[in-house]
Amino acid sequence: MEQHIIYLDNNATTPMHEDVIEAVHEAHILYGNASSMHGLGRASAEAIEQSRQSIASLIDCSAKEVVFTSGASEANNTVFSIIREQIDLGSKRDRIITTTIEHPSIIETVKYLKSRGYKIDECPVDSTGRIDLATFKRLLGEDVALVSVMTGNNEIGTIQPIEEISALSHAVGALVHTDATQAIGKIEVSMRKMGVDYLSLSGHKFYGPKGIGVLAVKTKAPFTPLVHGGHQEGGRRAGTYNTACIVGIGVAAKLAKADLQAEHDRLWSLREMLRKGIEERIPNVVVNGNQQHCLPGTLDVSFPHAEGESILLYLDMEGIMVSTGSACASGSLEPSYVLLASGVDIELAHGSIRFSFGRYNTADDVAYVLEKLPPIIKRLREMSTR
Amino acid sequence: MTNFMSQWVYTPVVKDHFMNPRNTWKEGEDFQADGVGDVGSLACGDQMQIMIQVKDDKIADLRWLTYGCASAIASTSMMSEMAIGLTLKEAYNLTPAMITDALGGLPEHKFHCSVLGDKALRAAIDDYLEKQGRENPFKKHVAKIICECKSVTDVQIEDLVKSGQAKTLDQLQEITEYGTVCGKCKEVVSDLFDEFKHIYNV
Repeated sequence: MEQHIIYLDNNATTPMHEDVIEAVHEAHILYGNASSMHGLGRASAEAIEQSRQSIASLIDCSAKEVVFTSGASEANNTVFSIIREQIDLGSKRDRIITTTIEHPSIIETVKYLKSRGYKIDECPVDSTGRIDLATFKRLLGEDVALVSVMTGNNEIGTIQPIEEISALSHAVGALVHTDATQAIGKIEVSMRKMGVDYLSLSGHKFYGPKGIGVLAVKTKAPFTPLVHGGHQEGGRRAGTYNTACIVGIGVAAKLAKADLQAEHDRLWSLREMLRKGIEERIPNVVVNGNQQHCLPGTLDVSFPHAEGESILLYLDMEGIMVSTGSACASGSLEPSYVLLASGVDIELAHGSIRFSFGRYNTADDVAYVLEKLPPIIKRLREMSTR
Repeated sequence: MTNFMSQWVYTPVVKDHFMNPRNTWKEGEDFQADGVGDVGSLACGDQMQIMIQVKDDKIADLRWLTYGCASAIASTSMMSEMAIGLTLKEAYNLTPAMITDALGGLPEHKFHCSVLGDKALRAAIDDYLEKQGRENPFKKHVAKIICECKSVTDVQIEDLVKSGQAKTLDQLQEITEYGTVCGKCKEVVSDLFDEFKHIYNV
């Protein structure tokens, strides 16, 4: 049975662009090991270098600063592992600053490192999810080795002032990392302008393949491989090259760069159309996150007296795919730590829904959601305790 | 298009009760409740209200309201179907496991969503008896569930400690599986264990 599918979970992952699918498919004939000296190996190596150029051009860095990884989680782990080694080797800078709303690949790494005795401060954010700069400035000091702050948040879409954070951090001699995974293809991400030393990104968040990502590292920044065992990536990341996916992420990067401004404006207009529609049609809703500094395709809304998982599943029945910050959908008893850290009331966090737009969404999708969502909320509220 | 929509997170029975909940109270409906039970909280992500009508010491009719996820809604709905027609005593002895079984099972991390229904029902019966100025003959006979996820009761723990089958907390956990899902009961179980050991001097 053909069902109407409205995919509004693009912050979770995106479908591959047709050009990417074609490129990945064609790249499968490049079976030579890119590390081999013979012709087939060189053909693979050349395709990889082209992709590296496309990534460098997208994030405004030099091609030799691009290290391919299995994704942003690996890239993030690599950065923390580099700093851990610096500290283990006796660096007098032995403290890390990050925030309370980072991606789990950082939050969990921080928990792990703390359990091993490393000093890490998690800077709080304000009620819109923006870093509290006053506290951040107080946390900074000559003993800080690394500052790691995400560019844009995956749940509420809040964009951080990375340029300012970089300048403040560099002033005390700390290195700066940003996880730009959610920002790529949605807003301008320039390593040079942001002034960061490390930047993580992931292919599948901007219509590239899954299982491929990048850690961009400034030439002068310290580096230690997380994965040992080979000379690939200048000795920075071992493992036989995933040629097809590297080709795919390169094509995705080219597309992202070419369409950046238009895509940004389109996503924002769809997002705003939905936000206004929801506010007009559904009483008592709360829009979460920062409405001024926000990733263009992200809309996080809380519906008091309607629980998130129930909303998600009723929407799913109508073919609308979203995500929720509710505890019930997470498998834990706690709702989204991002929402709680942003000061969202726990009851509102349980009833939060994230709509995340992408390249393939249209105004018709918004109209469909605006037709299906109000009766769902009404129904759940009628069934709910008052 | 692949048929992925058929792969649902819950059983078909849960889905049916979630999509078509039975016995919900509708705005404006004049339901004269003889007893009302409220449990849970919005902050915890699930809250429930049960209203019962009692006739000849049987649950004659029941209405409910639930704030919660699909398993909470489906559990309340299933409980409402099971409870109507039961004697107060039978209703008082409904357990989360009976509701979960009737639903064809719930994912393990969802067990806690099914434990409010029977509690709310008991609270409604308590409320009814209190309003009637009657003794509550069920309360003292009913074992209290300590581990909600695995439905382990205080009476069960008492028996296992008393008989010497559970000499340590680890043995108790091996037998009952208490605290293996959400883990919230661990402290209470540990306290009870110590108390029973003291009482029975084992």
